[in-house]
Amino acid sequence: MSDNKFIIISGGIIGLLAALLVRAGNPANMGICMACFFRDIAGGLGLHRADIVQNLRPEIVGFVLGGFVLAKYKGEVKPRTGSNPLLRFLMGAFMAIGALVFLGCPWRMILRLSGGDLTAIAGLIGYLAGIYVGVLFLRQGFTLGRAYYNVNPASGYVIPAVFLGVMVFRLANPEFIFLSEAGPGSQFAPVGLALGAGLLVGGLAQRSRICTAGAFRDMFLIRDNHLLNGVLMIFGVALAANLVLGQFNLGFAEQPVAHNEVIWNFLGMTIVGITAVMLGGCPLRQTILASEGDLDAGLTVVGLIVGAAFAHNFGLAASPEGVGFNGRVATILILAIVLIIGFVNVQQNNRAKG
Amino acid sequence: MSKKTIDTSGFSCPQPLLMVKKALESESQDFSAIIDTEVARENISRFLDNENVDYEVEKEPERYIFKIKR
Repeated sequence: MSDNKFIIISGGIIGLLAALLVRAGNPANMGICMACFFRDIAGGLGLHRADIVQNLRPEIVGFVLGGFVLAKYKGEVKPRTGSNPLLRFLMGAFMAIGALVFLGCPWRMILRLSGGDLTAIAGLIGYLAGIYVGVLFLRQGFTLGRAYYNVNPASGYVIPAVFLGVMVFRLANPEFIFLSEAGPGSQFAPVGLALGAGLLVGGLAQRSRICTAGAFRDMFLIRDNHLLNGVLMIFGVALAANLVLGQFNLGFAEQPVAHNEVIWNFLGMTIVGITAVMLGGCPLRQTILASEGDLDAGLTVVGLIVGAAFAHNFGLAASPEGVGFNGRVATILILAIVLIIGFVNVQQNNRAKG
Repeated sequence: MSKKTIDTSGFSCPQPLLMVKKALESESQDFSAIIDTEVARENISRFLDNENVDYEVEKEPERYIFKIKR
């Protein structure tokens, strides 16, 4: 099968699974949401105490293990690190906070649109703007530097093992694990189904390299629509499935787990767009890279979890009522910090080149 | 005369592609590029195909050498 056909089919299957996961019990328009699921995992592990968003989501475990198994099978697990790990951790945390101001990662943004949630349009425009700014930085010479392979080959098992541990906690449910009894955290598809869908999505994502940030970045950078085709298929198939399943609800008002504050939806996703381009991929792509032994991406994933915990501990995450004062201040500050990181990086790199 | 070689090893996407793109714009002679991930190999092959650039790929252990013609 050609790469082009494969990514289109992958996108279609992922879109369908996302709609089915909602049908099976996940919160509306949240068949797949990296920011939400990492936020739930942070809560499930007790890193934040927002009691409506605590769950150890098997989908994430599936993404990591599905990606890992296929990468292993294809000989693509190559442990590597050294490409500015600390900054990647920090930007992963910023990415999670930006996404939780919008209330969703880029995948959920697409799924919200496919469910008729028009408040996500501002997020989409913000995401595009962020990616465009990221591309401008890349053109100026932004880079987080080279990674090196001089690490113990067994390091590639660390991230898969960590998430296997999350799955064990979910199944064993010891007393120190939190599972929401109300709110989005209490809505979930049956564990086996969620894990199975996650494994399939993880495998398809690993083989197809699908990435929401890469999709638009490649259009801006080299006019290549390869990844975009996959992302459009996610939208199209999820839209069709939502219509068939009666999960489509067109409008701006009272959308599930969403708010309609245009400026904050826009700016939250602008942060996600810029950081995704700087990091080399959206939250799902980072998760898949982490499963392939990219230890820096592994640290980005840890950053996503920690950022999500802070987003709730500091009251930065939005609620359906909107974005609070703390969230607004954080959004502006993070945007400024990310731009400073970009400018300083470009300046230093160009100076090093002479 | 020795040809220029660009080493993209260890860089994450889209950095390797950008390095090849930049060289394509500035080099007047043939050059080589060292590519060490499958993702970068796929991206760069697709990019060069789209741009109608002539190239050959040699597989070495753990990496590919792209010989790009100008």
